[in-house]
This record gives sequence, structure tokens and C-alpha cells, in this order.
Amino acid sequence: MTVTTPPLDAAATAAAPAGRTYKLWRLNGFPLIPVLILLFIALVAIFADFLAPYDPQIGSLARRFRPPAWETGGSMAHLLGTDHVGRDVLSRLIFGARVSMIVGLTAVLVAGGIGTLLGIVSGYLGGWVDQVVMRVTDTWLALPALTFAIFLAAIVGPSEFNIIAILGGIYWTRYARVVRSEVLSLKQREFVRLAVVAGCSKSLIMRRHILPNVINSAVVLATLMLGVVIVTEASLSFLGVGVPPPKPAWGLMMADGKKGLMVGYWWLTVFPGICIMLMVLSANLLGDWLRVKLDPQLRQL
Amino acid sequence: MANKLLSLENLSAHYVSQQGTRVVRAVDEVTLSLDAGETLGIVGESGSGKSTLALTMLRLLPQAGRIVGGRMMFEGENLVDKSEAEMRQVRGKRIAMILQDPMASLNPLFNIGDQVGEPLRVHEGASRSSAWQRAIELIRSVRIASPQTRVTQFPHEMSGGMRQRIVGAIGMSCEPRLLIADEPTTSLDLTIQAQYLDLLRELQRAHGLALIFITHNLGIVAKMCDQLAVMYAGRVVEQGPVSRVFSRPLHPYTKALLGSIPRMTEEREQLTAIDGQPPDLAALPAGCAFAARCPDAFDRCHVEAPPEFSVEPGRSARCWLAAPGVHRAAEQSIPLSRSAAS
Amino acid sequence: MKQFIARRIGYSLLSLFLLSVTIFLFVRVTGDPMTLLVEPGARPEDIENMRHQFGLDQPLWVQYWLFVSSFFTGDLGQSFYYRTPVLELYFQRLPNSLLLAAVAMALSLVIGIPSGILAAVRVGGFWDGFGKTFALLGLSLPQFWVGLVLILFFSVYLGWLPSSGSGGIAHLLMPAFTLGWYFAAAHMRLTRSSMLEVLGSEYIKLARLKGLPEALVIGKHALKNALIPVITLAGINLVVMINVAVVVETVFAWPGIGRLLYEGVTFRDFPVVQCVVVIGGSMIILVNLLVDLLYAIIDPRIRLES
Repeated sequence: MTVTTPPLDAAATAAAPAGRTYKLWRLNGFPLIPVLILLFIALVAIFADFLAPYDPQIGSLARRFRPPAWETGGSMAHLLGTDHVGRDVLSRLIFGARVSMIVGLTAVLVAGGIGTLLGIVSGYLGGWVDQVVMRVTDTWLALPALTFAIFLAAIVGPSEFNIIAILGGIYWTRYARVVRSEVLSLKQREFVRLAVVAGCSKSLIMRRHILPNVINSAVVLATLMLGVVIVTEASLSFLGVGVPPPKPAWGLMMADGKKGLMVGYWWLTVFPGICIMLMVLSANLLGDWLRVKLDPQLRQL
Repeated sequence: MANKLLSLENLSAHYVSQQGTRVVRAVDEVTLSLDAGETLGIVGESGSGKSTLALTMLRLLPQAGRIVGGRMMFEGENLVDKSEAEMRQVRGKRIAMILQDPMASLNPLFNIGDQVGEPLRVHEGASRSSAWQRAIELIRSVRIASPQTRVTQFPHEMSGGMRQRIVGAIGMSCEPRLLIADEPTTSLDLTIQAQYLDLLRELQRAHGLALIFITHNLGIVAKMCDQLAVMYAGRVVEQGPVSRVFSRPLHPYTKALLGSIPRMTEEREQLTAIDGQPPDLAALPAGCAFAARCPDAFDRCHVEAPPEFSVEPGRSARCWLAAPGVHRAAEQSIPLSRSAAS
Repeated sequence: MKQFIARRIGYSLLSLFLLSVTIFLFVRVTGDPMTLLVEPGARPEDIENMRHQFGLDQPLWVQYWLFVSSFFTGDLGQSFYYRTPVLELYFQRLPNSLLLAAVAMALSLVIGIPSGILAAVRVGGFWDGFGKTFALLGLSLPQFWVGLVLILFFSVYLGWLPSSGSGGIAHLLMPAFTLGWYFAAAHMRLTRSSMLEVLGSEYIKLARLKGLPEALVIGKHALKNALIPVITLAGINLVVMINVAVVVETVFAWPGIGRLLYEGVTFRDFPVVQCVVVIGGSMIILVNLLVDLLYAIIDPRIRLES
């Protein structure tokens, strides 16, 4: 009697169907294209002064509503056309990248900083501090971010600084929530208990032990939030309460573009929109990948 | 073989990873058989493949799993060849299965009557009202008092023991020929366990049911089963009548399992455990899967995997120690030198 | 159960309180509130009068009390622009927003739930990939962009649909789709993950073991359990939709409360803005409460756990 391992038949080795769509975006799992896009936008933002052919805020009325170069009436002088006061669209897009990057990153950092701090303090200290922070967080989360932002913008008036402050002041709640629940479970872990028994002060524990462990979630949330913040900023600018004219913000460009839409001046709307879309999609895809990579537990985010 | 109710012949089922790189040999060359009215116990550690075997019998392996060889003869038909639609006629109707956790097995949003009567409506085309009536009868038959009240209740309103009886009632509803019970008493209190086992035995006698008990509890096997099959690393390593296997185990693993049961009448300092861990089913060693942990292993064991040797009619062991010629020596558990192996 | 209800209501009251405090503080504490609360272009004497009327020379908690009590009397101020009580304006416009939200919600459920189910049942298949892309776009694209592109296509190029105003179904289609896409994506994601979780449960295994046809396993056993969180979310989202429709209503000039908010901000008509925000926030807090209470009543598991 001999024993032979049965050969695997063809059916056994056939690969199970895989989601092909997502594979396009990734190279061995790493979201290459989104990261490249974000880097590209960042570079454009940094070197805007050198890249833009014209001053984004000065236009000539004689050259208003020129279409992009490949259409009739367009010229290579204005590759993507001009807007309703004759400003070059391409230059505005380039400088708009700077605005979006600055506002987006700063707001995310501000929100993340406040939110993480409050999350750690509230989660670790517990008691009435926790109650207060949690109640405020819950209430502010109940109010839709856009509505709240419009409200605040109506009060303090639109400016780049104000927008960052407003966005930071609204979105910290999302960080606080997530960080707090992580802190709550961290509190029970051995190494924290050991630190307490060893006599470490609360602030030391929070700084040395808790903080490094919640950084992961904070970072993942930050990338996801980047997309959200940019959309909100664009929406605010579109409604006229965001970055004020004549500064070139993509949302503002689209608001202006709406005027020409009915007569077919499509380039004023479509190009800024594509830029926003690329930036947000890339941020979201990057965030999704980070979320899966850094901690599968975060999938409920 | 032709009279057997159920006969598994060299059945193998593997899990294949998405890229086809990792193959887990969850069930490997399993040969078992069962008569009508008999009770078979399948024993093994977690990961031994016993639960997978049950799912394989009902062709309910998850997406990554597939049957790669062998036959499953049930009432003369090969279940491996059946289409999905045909298998659905078998499941619940001719072969039923009970799962381990009764709370999780019952849908929390539907009442008991609905869930017990469902197989009747699906398999026998019973009307709502007649299924409802029969559900009441079934609940009564598993010894639950006031079935008329119970039938409108929801799973969370019942105790664990009651829920498991309900699951049993669901299994019995279409009067199957074979009932597979996967660790049915593990989540029950000890006092309830005995009652439940008695119930199963009674149902078996009343309906001429064949029973397969999947468990890691040898006490249950001793009480309930006629036949026993011990599984390790996806393979059946020993099988035979319960009394024979218990009194004279052939495979070192079986011996170790039996030896590890603490007995009240013995004096012992420590609990005996089996050293080591079960092997990774995706990377099985070349020889016998148990060799690394086996106190009686010798050279051949590490090199060549033993086939199942038939030692007596109805009794076999997958061990080189059970090969003809070395049978006597196995009783004394003396490792042989290579030259003595045939 | 009663304790649960009482506690839950208490939380909501606290949230409402915090909301009012937040709004109050932001208005009163930023520089000179009079620039917000008084019409631009009012005379200095009038401003002084108003200052007294709003009690701005009083301590902060008196002001707060005046602020809150004015709500209870239904007086949220008067619109500078329209010269009518703000509350009246609000309720005039509300039905339009409700209509838009209802249609958008219906669209989002009709698209979101079936595709979520399909994506879960055929994980890794075509529908799963399609669904993921649809969801990703829906959650990433700014609403005003979607709206404008739709207008470009259907109004400017094809001339099929009107680009603004309210009227018949033709006016409703694009705004409802624009508003609904984001939520369709959210609902699809939730349906998919909820369905996947349910499909992995023991009672689904048992349902299959019973030999039930797959359609019954999914349609009856899995669906009801999987949809609970989705319906919950949808209920809350309906109210959220009404409040976030500001962009969509602006793009399509739909006369709802979102557009009212936009007008308020553009024309520096602060009482309008304040009113929309106050009512909007309160609405959401209340609907959250309602859904939680309803959930407690409907789910048989919680109902009998007293």
C-alpha cells in the first residue's frame, strides 16, 4: 500500500476572481498614482511663481472668455483660456493649487492637533473633562460641517486665515472621537498600567506612552480628512464665504465660471473641477490604503 | 459497502488562496462509513479538519475551498457529483446539521415557529398554517413545555438549552436519514448537556436516524457513539468501534488523547498534555503528520506518510506501528529499528 | 427600558443646550455683534436702540436668557432683505427642501441598497468593483461640481433639462441626483459591509444547511438583519440632507432653505443665517433621538430587555 498525495486538479489551482478595478490604481498595493498626483500638486503649489505664465490676479478685459488653445478662438497664449475678467485660467489653476494645499494641509494639521490633544486628555483623564469634551464633540458633530462653517464664516468674514481657523475648529471633533476611543482601550493595556504603577505622572504617560500609539490613527484620519477639508473649502469658496476674491481658489473659479456656463464657456467650470477632483480622489485613495496598511482595526473609520 | 448509508472514500478537500499559492489540506484522504441507525464520533483538536469534513459532506465549503478528490456516497448516490440545486434537496431534508452555538444559529429577528417550520415549507411545500402546526409538534417532540406559547417567541427569550433543542427540532423537521452534530453541547451547561444527549438518543431511536457527532469530548463519545474516528491534521488516524479503540488504542495520538483524560480514581501529579503544536495544514511535513510530537516515532515516520492499515474488520490505524508484522510490537509501544519494518 | 428612554432624552436636551450656547457665544463674543444683528446702513440712534433691545448692555447670561426665550416665543428676528419674520420665511421654503431631500433619498436608497447587496453577495466580482468606484466618486466629488457638470451636459449641450428653478419633475431630476449621489455612496458602503457581516454569521450558515434556496437565504434571513443599520442611517440622513443641500440648491437655484442660507450670507442678512443654523442643528439632534427611540421599540431584542 503506498500513499500518494493526490495531484491538485486544475480547478484547485484556478485563481479566485479578484476585483480588477482597484488593481489599476495600485502597484503591489501601494497607491502610486494618487501619491504622484499629490506630489505633483504640491510641487506646482511650491513653484507656482515660476510655473505660471501670467499673474493670476490681473486680467485684461479685452481678452475675456477666450476658450482653451485647442478650440476655435483660442490661442497658445492662454492654454486653458481666460475667465470673465480676462485672467489666464492656467495661471489661476496653478496658484489655486497653492491655496488649496495651504488651506488643506494647515486646516488638517490644526484640526488634528487640537483633536488629538483633546482626545488624549479626555480619554485618559476621564471624569468631567471627558464628559464636557464628549458632549461638545457630539453636539458639534451633529451639526453638518458645511452649515456650521457657513455660519462661522458669516460671522467672522471671509479670509484665508479665517477659513483655516474655521475648518480647524470644526473638524477637530472627528479626531477627538477616534483618538479618544483608542485611548480608552490603550488605558487597559499592560504597558500603561505598568507606567502608572511605576509612578509616572499623568502628563508623562500621555506624552510618552499614549501619544505614539495614537499617531497611527491620527495620520490615517488626516489623509482622509484632507479630501473632506478641500471639498468643504471649495464649497465655501463657491458660495462666496471662503477664500475671498481676487485670490485664485478653485472653488471660487467655479463660482465665477457658473456665470458663463449657460452660454457654453465650459472651461471655466470643468478645469478647476478636475483639479479638485484629482486632489480629493488621490487623498482618499491614499487614506484608504494607509488605513488598511497601518491598522486593520481602523476599518470602521 | 453497498448497504452503508454513508460512505466517504478517499475524500480530500483543500482551501486554495486567491493567488493559488497557499494550499491548506484541510481534509485529506478521509475514508469513513456509517450504517443507518449508527452513531459515529469524530474526534480531534481544533484545526484537525473535523468541522471542515462536516461542511464538505454538505458541499458548503467557503469560496476558497474545494473538493479535490474522492467520493461521498450517501444512499447510493455520489454527493460530489451533484449540482447545487440537487444538493439543496439533500440539505436539511436528507442530511441535517446542528451547529455549536444555538444563540448564533437562530436568526434573532424571526420567531421560533417561522424558523422551525421553514424547512417544511421549502422542502415539502407545506402551507404556512400546516407548517406552523407541525412546528408546534416538533417543539413538543424535543421536550419543550407549552409549545404553543414558545412558537411565537423569539430566540433571545429562551435559555441556551432550549435554543439548542430548537436547533435540534429544526434539524429533525423533515425527518432526515443522517444528522450531523458539530460540537452540539460545547456551549451548554453540564447539567443540560446530559439531558440534551438523552434527547438526541431518543430521537435517534424513534426515527432510525444515523448520527455523526463531531466533538473533542471523549466522554460524549463514550456515552453516545458506536463508532469512532480520530482525526489529526486533516486525516483520519484511527477508526473503529468505540469500545475497541478505547480499550486498545493503536495510534499514538489516540493513546495520548485517552491518556490525557484525568480520571478520578487515579493519583496523578500533573495533567498530561501532548507536547508541541498541530502542524500548519498548508505546509505539512513529508512523513506522518504526527511524527514530530509522537513519543513512538522512528525514522520511517518522518520520511513517509503511513497509509491506513486495516488491523481488524472495521478497525484501522494510519500508523507504521500498525503495519502488518509490527502489530504485536505496537501493543507494547516499543519503537522498532528500521530493519524490522516491512 | 424607561431608564434608557429617559437617559437618551436627557442627552438630547443637553445637546440642544450646548448647541444654543455655541451659537449664542459665537455671535455675541466676536467683536461687535451689532454689525451682524442690525441692518447694514442703519442710523446710529437706531443702532443704540437695538443695542438696548438685544440687551447687549446686560450681563452675558441675561443675554443668553433673552436669546433662548425668544425662540420659545417663535421670534427669531426679521430678515433685513425680505422684511418678514425669519421663521415665516423658513417654513415657506422648507417644503421645497423636503421635496428635494425626499426624492434624493429615494434615489440614494434605490441605487445604494441593491448595489450594496450585489457587491456583498459577489465580493470581488464586477459589481463589487463598480460599486466601489461609484462610491469613491460619490464621496469624493464636490456636489457643486457634479451639479455644474450635469447642467453643462443636460441643459447647455443637450437642452433636455432646465438648469434652475422649481417646477415639475424635469426641474427635480438633476438636483436630486446631485444631492443623492453622495448619500447613495454612503448607503451602498454601509449596506455592503453590513451584508458581509451578516453573511458571515452562524444563522446564515444554518439557513444554508437547511437547504434553503439562496434567494431565500439572502432575501429573507440576511436582508432584514443587514438593513437595520442602513435604515437607521437613512433616517438620520434625510434630515442631514435637508441641511447640506445648500450647495445643490444654490447651483440649481432651488428655492429651499439651503438657498435661503446662501441668500442670507450673500446679502449679509444674519437673522436668516442664524435661524437656519439653529433649526437645522436642532432638527438633527431631534431626529437622532427619534431614531434611537424607535430602534429601541422595534428591535425585539431591546424591547423585552427592561
